[in-house]
Amino acid sequence: MVTLNHYLILSAILFAIGTAGVFVRRNLITILLSIEIMLNAVNLTFVAFGRALGSADGQIIVFFVMTVAAAEAAVGLAIVISLFRHKESLNPDSFASLKW
Amino acid sequence: MPPGVSLSDFYYILPELVLTGGALLVLIADVLLPKERRAALAWVTLLALGATAAALVPFANTHVEVAHGLLAVDRFSLFFKILFLLAAAITVLMSIRYLETEGAASPGEYYFLILCATLGMMIMAGGIDLITIMIGLETMAVSFYILAGYIKPNQRSNEAAVKYFLLGAFSLGILLYGMSLMYGLSGTTNLRVMASAFVGQEKDPRLMLAVILVVAGVGFKIAAVPFHMWAPDVYEGAPTPVTAFLSVGSKAASFAMLIRIFVEGMPSMSADWRLLFYVLSILTMTAGNIAAVTQSNVKRMLAYSSIAHAGYLLMGIVAGTARGITATLIYLMIYSFMQLGAFAVITLLRRKDVVGDELKDFSGLAFRNPFAAFAMLLFMLSLGGIPPTAGFMGKFWLFSAAIDAHYYGLAVIGVLNSAISLYYYVRIVVFMYLKKETSGSDPVITPALALVLGVTVMATLVLGVYPQLLFRVADVSARTLGVAGITAAIR
Repeated sequence: MVTLNHYLILSAILFAIGTAGVFVRRNLITILLSIEIMLNAVNLTFVAFGRALGSADGQIIVFFVMTVAAAEAAVGLAIVISLFRHKESLNPDSFASLKW
Repeated sequence: MPPGVSLSDFYYILPELVLTGGALLVLIADVLLPKERRAALAWVTLLALGATAAALVPFANTHVEVAHGLLAVDRFSLFFKILFLLAAAITVLMSIRYLETEGAASPGEYYFLILCATLGMMIMAGGIDLITIMIGLETMAVSFYILAGYIKPNQRSNEAAVKYFLLGAFSLGILLYGMSLMYGLSGTTNLRVMASAFVGQEKDPRLMLAVILVVAGVGFKIAAVPFHMWAPDVYEGAPTPVTAFLSVGSKAASFAMLIRIFVEGMPSMSADWRLLFYVLSILTMTAGNIAAVTQSNVKRMLAYSSIAHAGYLLMGIVAGTARGITATLIYLMIYSFMQLGAFAVITLLRRKDVVGDELKDFSGLAFRNPFAAFAMLLFMLSLGGIPPTAGFMGKFWLFSAAIDAHYYGLAVIGVLNSAISLYYYVRIVVFMYLKKETSGSDPVITPALALVLGVTVMATLVLGVYPQLLFRVADVSARTLGVAGITAAIR
């Protein structure tokens, strides 16, 4: 029997993986993907709670989170491309004209 | 019409609708106008902001929840909406010459994004539901990601955009995870319903985790130490008017969101979040000021100064009383004027042959442009908290609110920090008045910049000498939140 706690533990693990990815990986695209994993962990939490509570709010907010994530990804990738044109690299450590 | 939404709901969001219309108008005008006439877009933008301000008038005494508790139209949101519109208008006036100097391709998109960011801030200030708060926050943040990287040929601007985007998206993930726990433990997304649902759950470790996550997420947005590392880089790399708007509008909107979430949504957890903000406040003030001392780039120095100011502003939240919230609102308004003014002077120094954001660019400014130097002197004294400027009044209220709530240590640390901050504020004054002039063409004040400096100088002086009106407005705004009830619960 899969209970609410199983979902919550899974989403906590996903969130931790995403957070770790942001700190450990040294490639802008991979960092972006890690952030997407974090947001999907959030979605899973919302949906699981919504189902357990029998309220639609949790499902509704997930649609908004997905839309926001898509908008962010579009803008983020565009910014990464315009930076890539300056410097042929996706390693955040190589962008040091501002102190990081 | 979908169930639950009525025509009157649209009436109450009239200012937001006007602003949306204005933003679209700017975008369309950008396409229709011939290239050499596009400078007029700034005035279309100002018109849209003015129309939005006019649309706020009917709601001066309104106190309602719109669309079944998605948005609140009350004095609190009104206070912030006025602040955002003022800040946006000043930013637009600052941008006109700056964009010409930088040779930015299409000013229409720039002004459109400024209006979008303003719209997002207005929704954040009114949001009393997790969904609206998130949508407002992202409308603002995504606009700022693009604005930060708007000068595409400039690599520093691009880097600023990437850094802001990555840390902004990361902080959104943390904030939303906290919000999802808040939703799960209360069964609602409405903050006011949530407040009563949390009563009696104070010791639940999951709720404490939610508080910590939301504090961290909001901490990123207000640039509180240790979540501040993006701010200096982004402030330095972004176009100067954008930096000004970011440091004022985004910070004020994030404080509005912070007050809504914690004061309206989790009053029963106040012991926990006040403790967290207490620690953040001390760290933020101290680290911000100490780091600012060593900077040679003025934009970067003002970034650290803005971080330190987030620490001062948090004192009012820590106090948690109606007086504390009032002090935070007062200081946000005062801070906006002096910060925008200081950035207007940096914009003024941007010329074809000079970038103008290094400390040495201020050398001898008093001899080349006495008015700009005097304005900067005033803003620096005000940021440092010297009477008779507005900054002194604001700090006085914040510190007295902290003392009033028996946080004596916090007030003492605040005063010591103000003393440290004077060192780097006065250093700019020394450069302007005592150093030799540098090379490069003379900085010229355009009418738009003169208007900006005039308004900010007047506000800094008038609010320092006659602050009663602002105090009364802020007090009324803070009291619409029902802070008095929280104070009773704490004592």
